[in-house]
Amino acid sequence: MQEINKEFRVRSSEFGDKAKFIIEGLNAWFGRNQALKNINMSVKQNEVTAIIGPSGCGKSTFVRCLNRLHEEIIGARCEGRVIFDGKDIYDPDVDPVLIRRRIGMVFQKPNPFPAMTVYENVVAGLILEGRKKKSELDEVVEKFLRLAALWDEVKDKLHQSGARLSSGQQQRLCIARTLAVEPDVILFDEPTSALDPISTAKIEELMQGLKKDYTIVIVTHNMQQAARVSGYTGFFLLGELIEFDRTNKIFTNPANRLTEEYVTGRFG
Amino acid sequence: MNRYTRRKITEKIMFFLSVMSAFIGIVVLFLILGYVIYKGAGGLNIDFFTKLPTPVGVPGGGMVNALIGSFYLIGLASLFSIPAGILIGVYLSEFGRGPFASAVRFVSETLTGVPAIVTGIFAYSVIVIPMGRFSALAGAFALSLLMLPIITKSTEELLKMVPETLREASLALGIPRWKTIIRVVLSTAKSGIITGIMLAIARVGGEAAPLLFTAFGNSYMTWRPDQPVASLPVQLYVYAISPYEDWHQKAWASALVLMGIVLITNIVARIYARDK
Ligand SMILES: Nc1ncnc2c1ncn2[C@@H]1O[C@H](COP(=O)(O)OP(=O)(O)OP(=O)(O)O)[C@@H](O)[C@H]1O
Ligand SMILES: [Mg+2]
Repeated sequence: MQEINKEFRVRSSEFGDKAKFIIEGLNAWFGRNQALKNINMSVKQNEVTAIIGPSGCGKSTFVRCLNRLHEEIIGARCEGRVIFDGKDIYDPDVDPVLIRRRIGMVFQKPNPFPAMTVYENVVAGLILEGRKKKSELDEVVEKFLRLAALWDEVKDKLHQSGARLSSGQQQRLCIARTLAVEPDVILFDEPTSALDPISTAKIEELMQGLKKDYTIVIVTHNMQQAARVSGYTGFFLLGELIEFDRTNKIFTNPANRLTEEYVTGRFG
Repeated sequence: MNRYTRRKITEKIMFFLSVMSAFIGIVVLFLILGYVIYKGAGGLNIDFFTKLPTPVGVPGGGMVNALIGSFYLIGLASLFSIPAGILIGVYLSEFGRGPFASAVRFVSETLTGVPAIVTGIFAYSVIVIPMGRFSALAGAFALSLLMLPIITKSTEELLKMVPETLREASLALGIPRWKTIIRVVLSTAKSGIITGIMLAIARVGGEAAPLLFTAFGNSYMTWRPDQPVASLPVQLYVYAISPYEDWHQKAWASALVLMGIVLITNIVARIYARDK
């Protein structure tokens, strides 16, 4: 196999105090199988960062290391530093539950809780904050369904099962549910790959709106999507970060031949 | 005869045989049902459900003590076996890796195969002998040992069917593991678990063997858990082996009631499972 030579024109220091995440020497394993190899990368605040790369290259594993979800898989572990707002989330005194409340995640397949109504799904993450008054919850539900551009479509179905919505609506419900916890960061793992073009467009538009209040990381297989929504892009291959740069740079003038081959569709 | 014809004939024969076997099975089932209804219906009346048994030779009376006793025993048994079965099922499905879990699974599966009478003897030796008398408690204990592995198994299987993506969605919201299990995993599988419990109840509700020398029997009503208590299957057994014609009639009537209860529980469980 050819030597992978890595090129980073963007360095952590460039983001300065705008760096939401600084990832240093991140390695991740499933049992003996290493899925991420020495990842060094930063994520800029109030920006959309896209993660691209062929199937199996470790994109999901990477984002799941950012909210400590990776370690929930039996036999999975990781090493390295993930500095989030100046604090390593892998420090022994950090509670992963609290980390996940600040770093939300939306998955590839819409996964609303089937035993809960639309309403209950939106507030599902709030149960830790103790009892809230009905009126407060009503407000939360409306606010975040509106933010997820779903309110008009479901306002008459709030007490139906969340599983009865279309998959595009389910995905926006999952986004509302994630937003309701009021995280700083949202990780999207291929959020539109199971959706039709119209639902996809809605979610992309939504993401643009969310940028001003949230930091977003999105894994995508869709090159156009990465180009449309993101300001920075990281290209992964075989568990390594090959190139990380401004999105327009990655797509118009990548430094690495492998990146160029991938974004022009010559392999992947 | 060429291959093709031969294969077609074989197929026809096999089809005929399997339809016949299914038919015979169903016919036998309906014969049993029909026979019990035929023999038992005559003994059913209001008194049967409301009166205590009368002494030998005195006509009339009913089996209210056995009817209520059965529900009482099952209720007591459920008090232990339902929470314990669900907890063990949760453990096996959500945390059950490694040698200890394998051991628990093995014990539970072995328990499923233990004959009811053996469970009865066990309850007899650990509760009846030390207490010095037959009791509802001992009977309920024996029943709960029969229910426990059934509930454990069905809970484990149902929880394993809950997609991993739901657990992850919940964890990613910052909901701790144990709350995820209660709020998301268990509530998603709830209707299936309830069905499993009802099937376990239907399964043990008709058992006489574990109650013969534990709950024993009682001609009166009692709610005291330290006293012997009547139950339909045991009363049925006692009446059936008696030499009295009147008791035989009552035994058939209680067989009919018992079958009805088991059947209804099963049907309700299935309908409930299908609706969800
Ligand atoms: N639960 C798991 N157990 C064991 N190995 C896994 C597991 N999940 C992923 N892997 C392995 O880790 C590597 C990286 O997987 P990952 O899911 O991060 O890839 P990906 O880039 O997200 O792929 P895709 O685009 O198909 O989603 C792959 O080689 C995969 O086989
Ligand atoms: Mg993936």
